[in-house]
This record gives sequence, structure tokens and C-alpha cells, in this order.
Amino acid sequence: MAGIEVTALHKRYPDGTVAVEHVDLSIRDGELFVMLGPSGCGKTTTLRAIAGLERQTTGDIRIGDTLVNDLPPAERDIAMVFQFYALYPHLKTRDNLAFPLRAEGLPKSEVQERVDEAARLMRLGPLLDRRPHRLSGGEQQRVALARALVRRPRAFLMDEPLTNLDAELRADMRTEIKHLQGELGTTMVYVTHDQVEAMSLGHRIAILNKGRVEQIGTPLEVYDRPASLFCAAFIGSPPMNLIEVEVADGKLRSQGGLTLAPPPGLPRDRRLVAGVRPEALEVTEQGAERSVAARVVSAEWLGDEIIYVVDHGGQREVRVRMPPTVRFAADAPVGLRHTGGPPPVYDVSTEELVA
Amino acid sequence: MAVSVDEAVATGPARDRTPSARRLGGRGRSVLEVVLLTVLAVVMLFPVLWMIETSIKENRDVYAIPAKFFNFTVTMDHFKDVFVAPGGGRSALSAAFLNSVLVAGVSTALATVLGVPAAWAYSRFSVKAKKDQLFFILSTRFMPPVVVVIPIFLMYRQVGLIDSKLGLILIYAAFNVPFTIWMMKGFVDEVPSEYEDAAMLDGYTRLQAFWRFTLPLLLPGIAATAVFALIFSWNEFVFAIFLTSSDGVRTAPPAIAGLIGGTTVDWGLVAAASLVFALPVLIFAYLVRKHLVAGVTLGAVRR
Repeated sequence: MAGIEVTALHKRYPDGTVAVEHVDLSIRDGELFVMLGPSGCGKTTTLRAIAGLERQTTGDIRIGDTLVNDLPPAERDIAMVFQFYALYPHLKTRDNLAFPLRAEGLPKSEVQERVDEAARLMRLGPLLDRRPHRLSGGEQQRVALARALVRRPRAFLMDEPLTNLDAELRADMRTEIKHLQGELGTTMVYVTHDQVEAMSLGHRIAILNKGRVEQIGTPLEVYDRPASLFCAAFIGSPPMNLIEVEVADGKLRSQGGLTLAPPPGLPRDRRLVAGVRPEALEVTEQGAERSVAARVVSAEWLGDEIIYVVDHGGQREVRVRMPPTVRFAADAPVGLRHTGGPPPVYDVSTEELVA
Repeated sequence: MAVSVDEAVATGPARDRTPSARRLGGRGRSVLEVVLLTVLAVVMLFPVLWMIETSIKENRDVYAIPAKFFNFTVTMDHFKDVFVAPGGGRSALSAAFLNSVLVAGVSTALATVLGVPAAWAYSRFSVKAKKDQLFFILSTRFMPPVVVVIPIFLMYRQVGLIDSKLGLILIYAAFNVPFTIWMMKGFVDEVPSEYEDAAMLDGYTRLQAFWRFTLPLLLPGIAATAVFALIFSWNEFVFAIFLTSSDGVRTAPPAIAGLIGGTTVDWGLVAAASLVFALPVLIFAYLVRKHLVAGVTLGAVRR
């Protein structure tokens, strides 16, 4: 087991595209570290650079104490799980699992032992004599995970391993992976574009955008205080409301008159945007205390909650999360008020967190 | 691959009803279809049938007026003449067939050996100006080959490749490499690169990963591509007639054409030689017919 240090990583392809602009990561030993970002943000390239499948243009990668820049993938002592599983189609499950071990030249008895252990961990017993095309997507993914396990690597690299599964199976596998990582205590770097996956799996999350790290933090830190407007829009479903505000009378006030508690240390002379989570707002009866006039545009009835979309004084489409008991009709005139603590505030021009 | 073929066929213009056919209704439509297709088949196949007949007729029956369709004496002499010279020993035609086998086989092998790795590289690696390079490669196939016959002839004369099998092999390979690269790139694109990534993580080098994991999956594609290349080399006529002259080098197409043009033409021999010439291509095309369709419709249907 080992931590992974990525320092000043930069990857530029011969055709001129820059996949990774500048990435620094410090992944701790035994950590489940998630790299999250939209497609093309450089997360997969970073992962492939760690694996040794891509050679970075500049920058250093250390796994444990070893500088691995010039080591081929096989000598980095890591295992990778791919989005398309990449099980060898001509080999049975058993041989797929044994393959990396045989390639290492381990004695037969040990290969057998390790394959059995991985098969038991991933409950593959009945599948051992099947070829990949006779396995379902979920089964293939479990075989792929088991194939990574048998190596007993210093770190697991996961490249969107659940993307090709249907929603229900994905949730199951998510639990399984998290449980497995906790059990083994092996460092795991997990790449995904799915923020729910990132939030539920990661000990820490790195949000990448355009080849740069926007924010690194625990899921709660990332959720509560997104470091930039990009992170604010990316994490959470429905996403944060970004409301233009100005500082007046020691408070934050939106165009529509909604007042918010101000965080300390606000700069005065800049255009500001407050990031307000849908659950930090409340739809009330018209004219309720501290509320401003608003109008319901639409309501999404999700069963356990209702997402109201409301307009208020020129600010369009503010999303509010309400319990299913509070019901307003579409187009109804209502009140809107802020209930949470001071929201994170961003500078419109730099798009970064200022307070 | 097979899936996309089936889809391509199923979604073809089969349901394309012409207005007149619709007016005639189901039964009238099918009768019309059968009649039209029969007429078409007769028109298309008559030369072939006539060639087969001519190849097994005696010479006086070939020239008989009115033409004899059924009541002629069957003979295999023409086929014997294709392979055996009149005085015994090997005939010039059989030598030409051997040359064709050699030239087509070696040039196809060469194009495959060069083209498949190139296609793999273009598919897998980020190459500077990749699209431009691929376009350039394709552009060599834009012009009709006959355009470059004269320059090639002059160049070949300079370097001494005129009237040599090597010269033909090289020119056919040169025409087949671009084709092989383009067709194989489609097949390589279909094989997920993760196989190679996984193999590299398992301790293989990139080339070993290609050789051991990707190549076996490409074999059907390679077979289809090679058959296309083989058919091109086998059928090629223009370069063969311009660049070769002696019997020892000449391939079958110019050799067969050379049978026509004397004072009397032995049509029986021409027909028999043509049949023998057409047979290998027919067999190959039949063997890989599924992949031929796949190759032709490649990229037409997304997975």
C-alpha cells in the first residue's frame, strides 16, 4: 500500500491538445480518492498518467517513495479497472483472473490460491468457467474488480467503472466497492463524472475542470463551500442557486430583495454572487415574515421531497427543496426566504470564492 | 460486426415501395418483382453462362450459326489447353496463372503487413496532423491508376523494374496499402483499446499487447481486407499490360487478353482461361462474403 503524489502534472499531445494543464494531487495511503469532473477535464488522462499508460509531458508522479515517471505500467505495482471492463474475450473468468499472476510468473499453487480468494471476495464462484460474453454487465464488472484484486497492488485505479451499468446495479456496485476498499484498506483513485458517485464513495474529492484542479476536499466541504462557481454548479442535484447580490446595511441583498446573512470579510467593490443550496431556501405563504414576493414556476414532485422552481423580482428559476407536505400550485404567488447560515459568496469576474 | 451487418441489411431500401407497385397491391407487386429480377438476372448472367458454354464446346460448335444452346458435344479440351502446351509441357497460360498467384499473393501479404500496424498506430496514437495524413493516404486512391501508368513506366525503366514480378508486386502493394490502412482502421477502432491497456498493466509491452490481444480480434477484419486487396491485385490489368512483356513475368489478365487478336481467335480457350481465372476470386469472395458486406457498410451503422 502506498500514497500517490502527483506534482505539477502537465500533458500535451503531439497534435497540440492540452489534456492536463496543471495538476497537483497528494493522495494518502489507504484513501479512497475521487477525481470528479465533466468529460474532457483531464481526469482520465491524469489517471492514465498515474497508471503509466500515458507519459506526462512534464511533472512527477510518485507511488509510495518511488518516482515512477519512467517505469512501465507493469512495474508500478498498481491495478486498473476500466469502463469497458477489458476482460480478455477468449479466456474464461478463471483464466482472466489468473492471467496477470501468470504473467508475473507466480507458482501455480499460489495463482490458484489467489484466484480462489478473489473469487470468494467478489462472489464469482459460479462464473469461473464462463467466458466474458456469457456474463452480464454487472458480472463482468465484478470479474474486472476481482482481476484487479488478485494482483494485491499498492493502489487501485478505477476509470469510470460503473458508467456502463444500469442505475440499480450501479448503486449496488458502489456499495460493494466502498465496502471492499474499506476492508482491504488499499489506496484507490476513482475517476467519475457522476457527482453522486463521487459524494457517496470518496474520502476526498478533487474537482477538475479544463485540466486544472478546482477544489480538493471531503464530500461535505465540497458540498458546503464550493471553491469556485464551476464547483458550485457541478456538485448537488438540483445545483446551487447562484444569486447576484450586493452588500447593503451589513447584509447581502438580491435584486428581488431577498436578504441573506453575510459571511465575514466581504469585499465591497466587486460584483458578487451568492451560492445558495436549494435546502437553504424556503417557500412560504405570501407575505410571511422576512419573505419576499415570488411566484411558483413549476414543481417537481419527487415523493420524498418537492423541488419548487420560483421566480422572484427579476431573479429567474430559483430552486427550492421542500418537504412533500408543503404544497403550492403552479403560478401561485408565494413568499421566498433564506433559512440557512451565511452562504459562500463568489466574485463574478474571477469566479472564485471570496468569502 | 455481425450485428451491424444485419442492421444495415434490415434497414436497407427494402421497404421502398414505388407508387405503381403500391397500386398493384401485394400480389401484383411480387409478380412484377419476380419478372423484373428474372429479366435482370438473365441479362447479367447471360455472358457468364455463355462463357461457361463456350469453354466446354468444340470449336466448330462455337462458330455454329444458328448458335447451339444445348445440343453440342461437351469437351474438356480447352481446359486441358489452358494448362498444357500443345506439344506437352507447361503452357504459357499456366505460367501466367502462377505469376498471378505469386504477384497477387505477395503484394497482398506486403500490403497487409505494412497496412495493419499502420492502421493500428493511426487508431491508437495521437499523431500530429493525423486527419491530414489519413486524407493524404486516401487521396492516393482518388485518381484512376491509369493516370500514373506513364510516369510509373518511366520510373520503372530507370530503376530496372520493368518486366519484373517485383515491379508488379510493389505497385500493387502501393495501391493496396492505403486501402488496407483505411479499412483496417475501422476494424481497429472497434476493438476497445482497454484490452491493450490491461495487457500493459499485466506486464506486456505495447507491441506484445497488440500482437497477443488486439491482433487475434482483428483476424476477421484482416481476412476481409486481404481478400479485397487480393481481388484488386488479381484482376489488375492496366499496369500488368504496360509494365510486363515476357511470358515468364506476365500475369493472367494480359495473358488472356493476348489470346485475342490473332487471325483466328480460339474462343474456347479464352472462355476456359477466363473461367479458371475467375474461380479463385469467386471462392474467396464467397468465403468472406459476410465480412465483405461488413467492410462495405463499415461506419454506416453505429454500435
